Formats: sequence, structure tokens, C-alpha cells
Amino acid sequence: MFKNFLPSKILSLDNKLINGLLFVMILIVLVGLVYALFISPPDYIQGHSVRIMYVHVPSSFIALGCFGLIGIASILNLIFKIKFVSLMAKSLAPIGCIFSLISIVTGSLWGKPTWGVWWVWDARLTSMAILFLFYLAYIFSWQFVNNYEKANKITSVIGIIGLFNLPVIRYSVDWWNTLHQSSSITLTSAPTIHYTMLVPLIIMFLGMVIYSLIIFLMRYKTELMKLKLDKKNKNN
Amino acid sequence: MLSKKVESRMIFLILLLLSATVIIFFIFKSLEENVVYFFSPTEIYDKPNISFNKKIRIGGLVKEGSLTNNQALINFIVTDLNNEIMVSYSGLLPNLFSEGKGVVAEGKLKDKKYFIADKILAKHDENYMPPEVSKILEKSN
Repeated sequence: MFKNFLPSKILSLDNKLINGLLFVMILIVLVGLVYALFISPPDYIQGHSVRIMYVHVPSSFIALGCFGLIGIASILNLIFKIKFVSLMAKSLAPIGCIFSLISIVTGSLWGKPTWGVWWVWDARLTSMAILFLFYLAYIFSWQFVNNYEKANKITSVIGIIGLFNLPVIRYSVDWWNTLHQSSSITLTSAPTIHYTMLVPLIIMFLGMVIYSLIIFLMRYKTELMKLKLDKKNKNN
Repeated sequence: MLSKKVESRMIFLILLLLSATVIIFFIFKSLEENVVYFFSPTEIYDKPNISFNKKIRIGGLVKEGSLTNNQALINFIVTDLNNEIMVSYSGLLPNLFSEGKGVVAEGKLKDKKYFIADKILAKHDENYMPPEVSKILEKSN
């Protein structure tokens, strides 16, 4: 699978694949939204405010997933010094950044009608805010450090340090008392979300993952083209 | 197979990650008091030195049948099924606040069994289901 992301493959990528993915994504998100907003039932305690979950939970998953990939890419980059690995990580960062912001904003909109507050400094919310800051630090380091080698090193270190935050976010609700509820979806036990709500959640997640993939492919291709252009200019 | 340079970078990074894990673990261990958002009644009960002047948060379930609401003053009992704390509060309650459900109260302890709250937050659990399913579950219990 990793072979599909090699520079030569990506550079020969035409718009057909992107457009195809775009079409599939819009279809899935439309079905997901109709299911989430109209067909799925209200929650027995929360009523209709539970529908925020269908955006909030997939956003959080993608925000964590993107940083996980950035962290792994950063480790590989520092050890093996392969250029396109760090370009992959660089292309993932804005996606994860936006989704962590969406997660925080939708969570805040969800917190007010359920908990009674927009924001609290409990372990889950705080660690999620820290993830957002890590994304900002990562993106700004690429942006404002002019020397490529230097920027590459700094961002890789940020990516690796930020990796430690991920298990803290995931397990914060189990390790400490938090206002945020525990995880409904875990690897070890059955989900505690009724299937009439789980199905639209999975559909929305799928749609948002495809969206992320599209943005990633476009960004990654642009980065590779920039690299090629730089090399050409140097040779001339 | 791997060049010497790559190998040494790898070992260095692994050592760095291991030591960082240990350091972060101890930082969180020492910060435990500040990382928890609220204390359960049992944690309050077991705590040796509690300051009664400092604002703290307690949390648990609102005990069934304990809620009394006479105009200005709201009284209820927070329980973790082992220990209980009586809570007094005057103000607005969040929508999801109800008996048998989770709650977090912010305020000051009068003593280990009595708490004056100036803010009440509702805490809900990780179960999501339609109303009909919850009714069926209740009936079968």
C-alpha cells in the first residue's frame, strides 16, 4: 500500500482519481448527513443535541490519526532521512489541524446544552487543546523557518514530542476523573452506542476520511512538484 | 544491512523516546492532584488534609430520591455508591441534571459530608440510545 504514495506514483496522479474520490465523498457525506440529521433517533437523555456527535467524533479521530501518522513519519525521517516522508507529514498537518479545531468547536457547542458549560479545563479537553497547539507549532515551523534542513529537523522533533500527547488524549477519560464521558468505541469491548446511531457515525467517519485523503493527495502532489522545481532551478 | 549511521541514529532515538516516556510518566504522577477534574465522595473521605477554604470540585451520581427543590435552595446528595456528600446550591441547573445521573459540583466543603456549591455541571455517560430502547431496558430490569 505504501508503494502507492511514492513520489513517482503521486506525480503521475491525474485529476480523474481526485474527481472520482470527490464524487464518492460527496455521496457518502450526503447519505451520512441525512441519516444523522433525520433518520437516526434522538438520544434518551440528550435529545437532539446528540447529533453533534456525528461531526465531533469523526473529527477527533481524524485529528488524532493525522498526528499519529506525522509522528511516525517524523521518526522515520530522523532515522532514514528520506525526503518525501517529511513532505507527507507536512501535507497531513493542515488537515489534522482543521479537524482538531472542528472537534474543539463542536465539542464546545455540545457541552453547553449537555454539561451546562462551553469549556472546562479537564484532562480530555486540555490535552485536545494541546494537540491543536502542537499542530500550530508544526505548521508554523515549516512556514517560518527558511532553511529547509533546519525546518525539517525542528518539525520532526515537534512531531515526535507531540506523539506522547496522543495516548494522554485517548486514555485521559480512563486515567483521571473528567467531565468528558468515557470512550463509547473501544477495541476491547462492544460499542455503547445503539446501532441506529452507530451506523450514521461510521458513514460520516468514512466520508470525512475520504475528504482528508483528497486534501492530502492534492497537498502532497503540490509539495512534490515544488521539490522538483527547486531541484531544476538549482541545476540551472 | 543498515548503515552504521542509521543504526546509531535509531538507537539514540529509541533511548530518547524511552527516557521521555519515563519523565512524562513521573510528571503526570506528581501532578495527579491537579489533573483530576473532580474528587469522588470516597476520595474526599480518604483525603488526610483537606483545605476547607479552597474551591474544589466533587462529582458522582445524584442519589435517587434525594433532590429537594424549595424555591431558592436546591439540596441533593452526591454518591459514588460507597460514600455520600450532601450538596446545597442556589442557581440554575443544567438541562441534563436529574436524579440517578452524573453531576459535578464546584464550590467549598463545609465538612467532609457537606458541600456548598456555586456551580453545577451535568455529566453524562458514554451510553447513547433511542428513548424506546431505554424504556425497554428499564422494563426488563
